[in-house]
Amino acid sequence: MIRTAIVGLGKMGISHLAVLRAHPELDVVAGCDASGYLTDILSKYSGLRCHGDLDRMLATEELDALVVATPSKLHVPMVEKALAKGLHVFCEKPFVLDPADGERLVALAAEKRRVTQVGYHFRFVGAFKEAARLVAAGAIGTVHHVRAEAYGPVVLRPKGSTWRSAKAEGGGALYDYACHAVDLVHFVHGVPDAVEGVVRHGVFSQDVDDEIYCTLRYAGGASGQLCVNWSDESYRKMSTKISVWGTNGRITADRQECQIYLREPHAALPGAGAGWTIRYTTELTEEVWYYLRGEEYSAQIDYFAKSILAGRTDGENSFRSALATDRVVAMIAAHTPARPPEAAARPEKKGMLARMFKP
Amino acid sequence: MSMDRVLFGDNQFFGVNHMSEDKARAQAMRFQDTQAIIDVLDAAYAEGIRTFMCTTHDRMGEICDHFRSNASRYPGYRFYPCMPYAHKYANAVTEHGMIEALRQFLPKDGALSAMLKGGAALASRDVESIMQLLIDAEMKAFAGLDTPVVFMQNVITDLLLGLRMDDTFRMFHDHVRKRYGAEPGFITMNVPRLLDALDALGIENPIVCANINKIGFRMCGGVDLYEETLRTRRFRPVAMSVLASGAIAPREAIGYVCAQAAIESIVFGASGRANIRQTKTLIDELSGQAPPK
Repeated sequence: MIRTAIVGLGKMGISHLAVLRAHPELDVVAGCDASGYLTDILSKYSGLRCHGDLDRMLATEELDALVVATPSKLHVPMVEKALAKGLHVFCEKPFVLDPADGERLVALAAEKRRVTQVGYHFRFVGAFKEAARLVAAGAIGTVHHVRAEAYGPVVLRPKGSTWRSAKAEGGGALYDYACHAVDLVHFVHGVPDAVEGVVRHGVFSQDVDDEIYCTLRYAGGASGQLCVNWSDESYRKMSTKISVWGTNGRITADRQECQIYLREPHAALPGAGAGWTIRYTTELTEEVWYYLRGEEYSAQIDYFAKSILAGRTDGENSFRSALATDRVVAMIAAHTPARPPEAAARPEKKGMLARMFKP
Repeated sequence: MSMDRVLFGDNQFFGVNHMSEDKARAQAMRFQDTQAIIDVLDAAYAEGIRTFMCTTHDRMGEICDHFRSNASRYPGYRFYPCMPYAHKYANAVTEHGMIEALRQFLPKDGALSAMLKGGAALASRDVESIMQLLIDAEMKAFAGLDTPVVFMQNVITDLLLGLRMDDTFRMFHDHVRKRYGAEPGFITMNVPRLLDALDALGIENPIVCANINKIGFRMCGGVDLYEETLRTRRFRPVAMSVLASGAIAPREAIGYVCAQAAIESIVFGASGRANIRQTKTLIDELSGQAPPK
């Protein structure tokens, strides 16, 4: 059994904890959160030993692995402490806000030969895996354009009180939504070399971006686009989509289905002729041992456990892989948010009343 | 308390489709007018379906109003509320944090809300009280309607099950029985494990709703374990996702579920009268029942 603990028992942390505790090869020995409410309830009702402080937990518990699900700005010191103690680490996304920190942690993990993984869970969604497989196999020929989109109804009012609405803590749609979209681009077609035409804009938020758009550039000539908006009420929940255009066709994938158009049949898609082929989540999804909210959450934890058992340190979503994604996010973040056109730029009102009441 | 063989589900009304986001959006457009939902419920009623198994979505209020105002048109009609509509809570937690989100859903002037604000530690009975208040809030829309079964949604059942907060199942069970005189039900994607937990709590012969389909879609543990569980364990299974979102042909899909003798009820959702009739007729035929007059 892999002796595992979790730090950070917020929305993602609680969900991880449920999946971790259900895993047959993980022994969840302790949890840690600064909120006394949560740890009180958990220890009372679930029998989980809880700590209010990571240092104390690391000092008192015998552990093999740590899951870090705290707000993003706390990832670096916590991951560093865990690696220093020789623990395998699963860290929520985004891995780091500053790539320099990420490089240090990647080096430390390599030195300690520990298994590392970041929660870019879309890589465990059947339809996205299929898209990545087909692109890698050359089914759609030479890729010339990729588009990743993520929309959802997170911030719909000019108010917010959690760390997700504070830029310094890694809040905003850039670190919550856009990083997933960037990682999907990375997963399906590789890491872009440059970003340009960045638009970052708060629709309702004061301090952080609610929408992000930019162009992605690849050294080989391919291009991409990123469209992210977490202030879109027309979506019931987060919806992520990736489209890839190549010389032999295109692929569009979301959580439910993978739509493929081939100009010429390809060996990677046996039985499919030219034209459209649709593959659905029901045929692309591998069964998991425990289901909560989506197979991908369980699958990524299972993968982490199997990596530990197999000593696999370069698996899917390793720190090294996540760092490459976070570097692109940092490139986007380096662009000053574009201001919406000022009111002064609008044509002057001509009427008498407008002149009288001119501000 | 017996359940009808065929229950009507609500995913199609609220933009939930496990196969296609485009289809889900088209459905959300079609059903943004509550009358469009009622028209489909009327069509199902005309086909002999008397039970609506529905999420406690905000829009259920209007639908419940309709059934209260027109009670004489729907003799014998029942609702099986499934609570909560989890995205409502999840979005609130993202926006406000866990404790503040909880306060939003509790009575504003209540002692518990004040306690959460004050940062006082929660005693066991407080957790039970919070749970009862949340259940009551979800049940408000159904006042005056027949709700003989009240379900806990799978996202909550499976979260609590994974966390091993099994006592909360007992709290739900007791409150639903005592306060509403209803039978508690649990929706889950992890049937064998849930039954273990409910057995240990002494909750006998529970109503458990789960995906049961020929291809094993979202049946944790696999088809073989589910079939064995259906044969050997004592519970009242309600099968959902029997068509696996359209991945199995209707006759084959329904035939499989009807061959599992222990299954009491089958829930399905559809948007058109022809589909409703086809599925209902197949279930009646393959269950060996004559269609009701």
